[in-house]
Amino acid sequence: MRVVAAMSGGVDSAVAAARMLQAGHEVVGVHLALSQNAATLRESARGCCTIEDAGDARRVADMLGIPFYVWDMAARFQTDVVEDFIAEYSAGRTPNPCLRCNEKIKFAALLHKALALGFDAVATGHYAQIVESTSGARELHRAVDMNKDQSYVLGVLDEDQLARSFFPLGDTAKPQVREEAAARGFYVAAKPDSHDICFIPDGDTRMWLTERLGEQPGNIVDVDGTTVGEHAGAYAFTVGQRRGLHLGQPAAGGEPRYVVQVQPSTNTVVVGTAELLGVDAITGDHARWCGPAPEGVVSVGAQVRAHGEEVPATAWADGTQVEVRLERRIRGVSPGQSVVLYDGTRVVGSATIAKAAANKPPAAG
Amino acid sequence: MRDSFVYLDHAATTPMLPEAIEAMTAQMARIGNASSLHTSGRVGRRVVEESRETIAQALGARPSEVLFTSGGTESDNLAIKGTFWARRDADPRRVRLLVSTVEHHAVLDCVEFLEAHEGAKVTWLEVDHVGRVHPETVRAAIKADPDSVALVSVMWANNEVGTVQPIAEIAAVAHEFGIPVHSDAVQAAGQVEVDFARSGVDLLSISGHKVGGPQGVGALLARRDATLVPLTHGGGQERQVRSGTLDVPAIRGFAVALRHATANRAGEAERLVALRDRLIRGAQEAGFGVGVTGDWEPGDGIRRLPGNAHLLVPGCDGDSLLYLLDAAGVECSTGSACQAGVPQPSHVLLAMGMPEQQARGALRLTLGHTSTGADVDAFLAALPAAVERAQRAQVATRTQNTSNQKTR
Repeated sequence: MRVVAAMSGGVDSAVAAARMLQAGHEVVGVHLALSQNAATLRESARGCCTIEDAGDARRVADMLGIPFYVWDMAARFQTDVVEDFIAEYSAGRTPNPCLRCNEKIKFAALLHKALALGFDAVATGHYAQIVESTSGARELHRAVDMNKDQSYVLGVLDEDQLARSFFPLGDTAKPQVREEAAARGFYVAAKPDSHDICFIPDGDTRMWLTERLGEQPGNIVDVDGTTVGEHAGAYAFTVGQRRGLHLGQPAAGGEPRYVVQVQPSTNTVVVGTAELLGVDAITGDHARWCGPAPEGVVSVGAQVRAHGEEVPATAWADGTQVEVRLERRIRGVSPGQSVVLYDGTRVVGSATIAKAAANKPPAAG
Repeated sequence: MRDSFVYLDHAATTPMLPEAIEAMTAQMARIGNASSLHTSGRVGRRVVEESRETIAQALGARPSEVLFTSGGTESDNLAIKGTFWARRDADPRRVRLLVSTVEHHAVLDCVEFLEAHEGAKVTWLEVDHVGRVHPETVRAAIKADPDSVALVSVMWANNEVGTVQPIAEIAAVAHEFGIPVHSDAVQAAGQVEVDFARSGVDLLSISGHKVGGPQGVGALLARRDATLVPLTHGGGQERQVRSGTLDVPAIRGFAVALRHATANRAGEAERLVALRDRLIRGAQEAGFGVGVTGDWEPGDGIRRLPGNAHLLVPGCDGDSLLYLLDAAGVECSTGSACQAGVPQPSHVLLAMGMPEQQARGALRLTLGHTSTGADVDAFLAALPAAVERAQRAQVATRTQNTSNQKTR
């Protein structure tokens, strides 16, 4: 096959490209330029797409003897990921931009351009596995290395996208990937993993949002409506957050208080005790299925954060909406996050959390 | 495998001439710092001075007017910064730089540096739709305030669209006001007739690897009355304005290449014009509505560089075309500068009044001494499939854009 290996300049995508080549594919390395004003040098484990990263990717491509190009997707990334991220936060939600990037950029803009140019597929260094079922369908599964498993951020890929995707690292643990990189002589073998949100280089999401949305002072209220503090913009708060509230007076019972709700329409942040954070009923929209959509009520495992735990649940779909009932309450579920559903190690699909509440599981129907 | 590649990017760099390789490698085996006073030093110095004379003769200059540098970029920097500082030192009113909008980044960024850090004021000289600066534009810009002008800089020939500028006329206008003129002739030397003395310019940049010499060497031709503040300080080589041990082998290879290129220039230009015209016509006849930018008239090798074909392919991104042609064994360029490997919309095409979307479909094919009719045929054979695919890629991206409206 003719395959585009998406090469970020990191160790994972380097080894992924090498493995595709070794498997006998015709491989071309492509680095995505996602920043409209890329920094020259990488400054920390955060951030991405610096000119140094592009150079690292190019060196690996040189060593593999494959052609290498930089494709400019900065405008698309700005619209589909960065502006979406800002819009979601200002609507009181907490988005995961990595899912959005996989859905709209890596396995859409990049994949479609590759297909139009005559390639058959895209390979990335994500830790996830594609398993062919007995019927020949390509299923998305968790990686072998659960510490690195990235199936959560790939839960937005549909059958068509999976049919054109390769994740050559899914069967390997990260330390072995680094060893393999070193054995192949890649000097990125020891390059630190990247963390957090790539377009917020210093990791300070609140400050980054404030710079773009401006200060919008408002009240922090208790669940009974009593004003207990002030904030500089409700958009910067996330359900479950405890730090950074700077509340003047302690709670009556002296218990710590958390953000339990963000109300963008009134620019209000509601705080309450930890027990108010527990939810077991999730309504999701923007459902994406990695295979056929489930029919009726199904037993699944539900995961609401990239490296969060999987909780047994039942789920049923209605068009692009999904209802999920967890077997036990979990904390810190914010609208805007994605709930990814698993059947064993197989990813069933995902939805964006619209509503989360504490509920008795209603009868299915 | 490399031998089967069709190289159509001679404006980026052209293969070294065998004569230059031979001369340079022979010199590499010899010891000698050209600044040393002993026999070996004198031998090295002799090679440098013979090379200086060769280059002066090839370009209508005097040997003392040839200053060796590390290449075109350094020559441009020395000419512009060195003259700006010297002229401003002599008269603090002289802070204005008159520069065309289609210059190479070696000039543009230099000028923008002086604007940002040295209080320079820049008057941009607009170009017409073929990318040409008119002498009257220069006159009007000077006349706005003649005493404030430090330097006029207009390239001899454009690196993207190949338009040759009326340098002698521009120099004449500037000289009416006693203002010095610099011209970046990196693309022009060896391609069109470049005569330093007859052109009247005060400063002229040239580069080794664009004429069949080695990379990493170039020269600034500077009239004897041109005063330059040095950018590098040290041993005082090159009229005290460009310190640093001279790269004797590279200088020798450069001189041999330039002598060869200028000696064969007329016949070679005629040959390249014929190949270029065939390439442009063939691309136009391929049926995709391919356009040609700049000043193209079949048979002409004076108003446009003989080896330059700059095409606009509708409905394509230049970088897709570049990849597809590369994959088909044809090496060319989008012509514009890259940032981290990403081609930017060309400032030259934008300055010529072209909309950004159209400018993204630019493809530059440049011919040189190794080019043959078979290269042109190979390009024309690879073009239709590449255009069809690149158009599909752009359509795919566009469809994506519209179907990508927020679902929530």
